[in-house]
Amino acid sequence: METLREFFSFSDPSIIAVTVGAVLLSASSAVVGTFTFLKKKALVGDAVAHSVLPGICLAFILTGTKNPLWLIIGAFITGWISLVIIDNVTLKTKIKEDTAIALILSVFFGIGILLLTNIQHSGNAAQTGLDSFLFGKAAALVGKDLIVFGMVAVILLATVALFFKELKLIAFDPNYAKALGVPVKAMDLLLTSLTVLAVVTGIQAVGVVLMAAMLITPAAAARFWTNDVRVMTFLAAIMSGFSGLSGAFVSYAAPAMPTGPWIVMIISAIALTSFFIAPTRGIISRSIQQRKLQRMIMDENLLKELYHLGEKDEDPYKARSLDEIIEERFFPKDRLKSALRRLKREGYLAKQNGDWKYTEAGKLKGQRVVKLHRLWELYLSKYMKIDPDHVHEDAETIEHIITPELEKRLEKMLEYPEMDPHEERIPY
Amino acid sequence: MDAFYIILTASLFAISCGLLGCFLVLRKMAMVGDAISHAVLPGIVIAFLLTGTRDSFEMIIGAALIGIFSTFLIEFFHNKAGLQTDAAIGVTFTWLFALGVILISVFAGQVDLDQECVLYGEIAYVPIDLWIGDDGTIFGPRALYVAAMTLIVNIAFIRIGFKQLHLTTFDPAFAATIGISVSLWNYLLMGAVSMTTVAAFDSVGAILVVALLVGPAAIAYLLTDRFQTMMMITVFVAIISSTLGYYLAVLVDGSIAGAIVTIIGILFGITFLFSPSNGVLMKKRLQRKEAQRLKAEAPLS
Repeated sequence: METLREFFSFSDPSIIAVTVGAVLLSASSAVVGTFTFLKKKALVGDAVAHSVLPGICLAFILTGTKNPLWLIIGAFITGWISLVIIDNVTLKTKIKEDTAIALILSVFFGIGILLLTNIQHSGNAAQTGLDSFLFGKAAALVGKDLIVFGMVAVILLATVALFFKELKLIAFDPNYAKALGVPVKAMDLLLTSLTVLAVVTGIQAVGVVLMAAMLITPAAAARFWTNDVRVMTFLAAIMSGFSGLSGAFVSYAAPAMPTGPWIVMIISAIALTSFFIAPTRGIISRSIQQRKLQRMIMDENLLKELYHLGEKDEDPYKARSLDEIIEERFFPKDRLKSALRRLKREGYLAKQNGDWKYTEAGKLKGQRVVKLHRLWELYLSKYMKIDPDHVHEDAETIEHIITPELEKRLEKMLEYPEMDPHEERIPY
Repeated sequence: MDAFYIILTASLFAISCGLLGCFLVLRKMAMVGDAISHAVLPGIVIAFLLTGTRDSFEMIIGAALIGIFSTFLIEFFHNKAGLQTDAAIGVTFTWLFALGVILISVFAGQVDLDQECVLYGEIAYVPIDLWIGDDGTIFGPRALYVAAMTLIVNIAFIRIGFKQLHLTTFDPAFAATIGISVSLWNYLLMGAVSMTTVAAFDSVGAILVVALLVGPAAIAYLLTDRFQTMMMITVFVAIISSTLGYYLAVLVDGSIAGAIVTIIGILFGITFLFSPSNGVLMKKRLQRKEAQRLKAEAPLS
């Protein structure tokens, strides 16, 4: 607690530099990452992160200084070239995108390592610290870095805000964007440049490998909470900014801890939690929905089979034993029993000497499912000209889905028919 | 002799990686290979903490398990949460890699691993790290034995499972109908990739393993349409680039692994432009010839 208060009092100017730097970098790369994520080009950020290394080394070899401006320019150039090559290889050969990305990122990185080791072995004293691009040095950010980072963050955020609509359009539907007169190529170019810029600066905080997380993970997490791009972008920025702040705090509280990996750990924890608990899209809520659907289908199928049994001996309200039901259609026994109990609770079935029979509501519901099934079969054979032998499977699925409105329209369109294509009576 | 040891070790690892890479490239799973090579890091650290040594059997098993686990996670997020594959890969491997780096920092005193080694390894130390028997006999570089064992295991795996791997790669639907479990063979292949990655880790590091996995296979893929031929060319490219890479490293006084990858990159560039069947320039020339022929044959206008 004490450390927390100390941390947020920002009494130490170096804490301010580290914290503000980490938050700015995290948030701005998250914003750019949202769009690469939506374009399904998430791993492109990973490729750029690896490909900037040779550029940094070349810039150093050529200028002999560690002036961040030169290094950033060098990084920008090779990062850019790598993306052009990836696009060309994917477009002009039979090599698929994943192979192209993996190949280019590792080859560029390999060249970078060759140059870096060459520089290190050359004994040039000015080279120390170049490897901070490899692993990041978020904990060692100083005021001077902050100015650069702050400027880059402002450029990134302002550009995204300015071209928000266009970026959104090319992310979802480039063809539609083109039709609207959006310069798709230029926008692609802009997004690529933004990605490279975000990577080039972010890499100094978290390093080559983890840079991909700064772009991808916040967007992936935010995607689970909303369908609105604007909200998603904000959420990603906030989540990422928060993990930047927490990462800075962790490395303040425990100085031996690396800041970058902790930022990534925290944003990943947020993402993993989102994957599970987010409403509607989350894994838990999905599986609940799925179970509900499965139960509904089971219940409706069961009521339908009871109706079929009733049709056979013309006594819909007769009580049926488990074996009788299973003989009509196979259900796993335990699932059948729990479905029967559930339907009794809901008032569709009643129990009589261990056997099961319809209630009024149950018969109506079973009858409706049978009706929908047969109506659909008739519709398929009459309007879609599908052979009556082939319509059952389709009807078996659709009978659970048809809404009351659709039901009315089907009845009207087919003029309340008596018989389905298999000469079975359609009950109303 | 040192040069020979280094080249031999590098070639053996490159062949192992390349053979598995042929399957990865054709299965469109190259980035999964990339992810695995990063994700095994926490496995390596934990196994190191438990056994106290870097080259143990437990470590290989531990890493293989983590590799399979990360493959599983990627598929889990994709199938159960509906997350797009590229993002699932990105989230999974960065998370595990960050965990690995944090573990290294936490146990900094106990783990003899540093980040440089993790990223690009150091194959130059191969001839120094000798395997010395209990009675003092020197058997030669330890890494060489690891590399040879890895290659033997991989060749055995591919030979035994060739039909299954081949079918699940080219026609998974057909493979499933004749009773081959597509997901089982997928996980086996990923297990082999993880094992190989870990074995090669010390020598070439995480990212350069990716180049060995994907590079030679991609080059071969541009040169032939036949799978067996592709594997042969891969082996050939692996050996060539290891040899040339070593001498390039000596020439510029830099990392050997980095130089090998640079050579792979150059070879790929050449193939990309000049491959007789798929090269960009060759295709252009063919198109030009075809255009000329059509022009010559065209009636006078």
